[in-house]
Amino acid sequence: MQMYDLPDARGHFGPYGGVFVAETLSHVLDELRAAYERCRKDPAFMAEFHHELKHYVGRPSPVYHAKRWSDLLGGAQIYLKREDLNHTGAHKINNTMGQALLARHMGKKRVIAETGAGMHGVASATVAARFGMQCVVYMGSEDVKRQAQNVYRMKLLGAEVMPVESGSRTLKDALNEAMRDWVTNVEDTYYIIGTVAGPHPYPMMVRDFQSVIGEECKLQMPELTGRQPDAVIACVGGGSNAMGIFYPYISDPNVRLIGVEAAGEGLATGRHAASLSAGTPGVLHGNRTYLLQDANGQITETHSVSAGLDYPGVGPEHAWLKDHGRAEYVSVTDDEALAAFDKLCRLEGIIPALESAHAVAHAVRIAPSMPRDKTLLVNLSGRGDKDMQTVADRMGIKL
Amino acid sequence: MSRIAGRFAALKATGRKALIPYITAGDPLPASTVPLLHALVEAGADILEIGVPFSDPMADGPAIQRSSERALKNGIGLLDVLNFVVQFRKKDADTPVVLMGYANPIEAMGMEKFVAAAKAADIDGVIVVDYPPEECAPFVALCRKRGIDTIFLLAPTSTDERIRSVARSGSGYLYYVSLKGVTGVKNVDAMEVAAQLPKIRAASSLPIGVGFGIKDAASAVAISKSADAVIIGSRIVQEIESAGAEHAVARVRALIGPIRKALDS
Repeated sequence: MQMYDLPDARGHFGPYGGVFVAETLSHVLDELRAAYERCRKDPAFMAEFHHELKHYVGRPSPVYHAKRWSDLLGGAQIYLKREDLNHTGAHKINNTMGQALLARHMGKKRVIAETGAGMHGVASATVAARFGMQCVVYMGSEDVKRQAQNVYRMKLLGAEVMPVESGSRTLKDALNEAMRDWVTNVEDTYYIIGTVAGPHPYPMMVRDFQSVIGEECKLQMPELTGRQPDAVIACVGGGSNAMGIFYPYISDPNVRLIGVEAAGEGLATGRHAASLSAGTPGVLHGNRTYLLQDANGQITETHSVSAGLDYPGVGPEHAWLKDHGRAEYVSVTDDEALAAFDKLCRLEGIIPALESAHAVAHAVRIAPSMPRDKTLLVNLSGRGDKDMQTVADRMGIKL
Repeated sequence: MSRIAGRFAALKATGRKALIPYITAGDPLPASTVPLLHALVEAGADILEIGVPFSDPMADGPAIQRSSERALKNGIGLLDVLNFVVQFRKKDADTPVVLMGYANPIEAMGMEKFVAAAKAADIDGVIVVDYPPEECAPFVALCRKRGIDTIFLLAPTSTDERIRSVARSGSGYLYYVSLKGVTGVKNVDAMEVAAQLPKIRAASSLPIGVGFGIKDAASAVAISKSADAVIIGSRIVQEIESAGAEHAVARVRALIGPIRKALDS
């Protein structure tokens, strides 16, 4: 593969990405783009970012050889990139830390965020507390009910949680509402988008901040195994943890990139969140990408046991990687993810987030048919403490 | 000359300002839309903006969001909206009709198919809220070819460069968003608008319509001092919401009539 240098200056990944927003947002996005361009080229800014990642987030996160499980499967060796060990328990904080620093550089005193399961909301509230900024988190009222613990967590961190009553009352509606807040309060407000979606520069910027995951792996894998992995596997909702681990590997043709979407109750049932596997291109939330939509172009409701994958779109860079065959996208059902969740708890003593369990499930699916000297690197994007209630409910256990 | 340009020219000749009301198609009921359009014209509308409902109306405030949700519950899609216009045209061949909505329903239908269908339905202009000029050159070219005006938004935050770019791609009229924020939440500041419009007029000879935050005869008159057209959306949609299907036509007529009168006096 040739040198990979997407997106272009207007944020396009081929036909995907871009800036599909109302004129009211154009100026603030121009400002953001200019500020980010300055900061990414500023060694002092990047040094501050990496200092915070090391001392506050706890990076680098280790890569762990899941040897017991790999031996039982009898095929490829499975390695886990332990993003679950970050402060706040997931990869989300890599991005919120970067954007909070950018907000400070832009002189913004108030940050807003959207959240689905609450992990990005918690990570945003965390950095806002760390830097003494006011924080408002938009969350669909359905999700507020389902994720009471994370709502309380955000409040403990000093954030205000605004339930969103419009549309399907889930993540996509929270994003709409955060955009509406932003366009109304542009002077003092910075919008921290949680994934590689939204209008340019967000998909690029969030990828850049998350790519610390893959950069570390490129050093860690040779230390552990003497070479780079044969495949990198990550779950894809909006796709930020996947872009973070894929990006540094894109120009290395020997490394397969595999994104795992949520098949929910099965692609055939229509109750899933697999935009790349079962969606069609369209325009939502400021960019062109694969979407789950009906024949009229209305965005449809999604389903996944893991709230973090429950999004009807996907980052535009994934859309490009899919069309060009540089990354493969597969899907894993709720049941398969739960089985992998259970196994990882018992065989390796690691409780993964249900999102990450999707990536683990696919690794387990392909490992047995591969030789023992092949290696699979799975992004264990978060820990499963937040999912106790969901898992217990599925098993009919009352906590 | 397009129907929209003709209408502005005629108004200018008599020293009047255009009144452009907005309603969401299919709200509160599919059967309400065509009678509402005729009532708006009878009450003094010069150009009609018809909203195409979308599941994720990011630039709209609560009133238009709710109207969109009601229309979607009624199963209204882009084809239905085009059919409403076909019905409307049976009795009104003169009033310019503009569709306003978001990009995705158009892309789902297919850009070329949409533009052809819009032409067949005798639609005069389109406003695609999330199509800035940089992202929609092929769409603008298709519309130009068929003689459909492409109307773009400008905002208080638009830079001179963006004003020039919008002036190049736009036709029919320019839609100046009078405030920072979403539709229908805040009140418009007529002084502020009057201060901003010369910058736009320097870059474009197109008529300028001002919308977002105009709620009554007083604010409409204040805006009309500097603008060529007054656009009223959320206030009408709220009226329809509180009136319900049965009384919507009468209530909208009662709302728009006095605004027309005030604009003309």
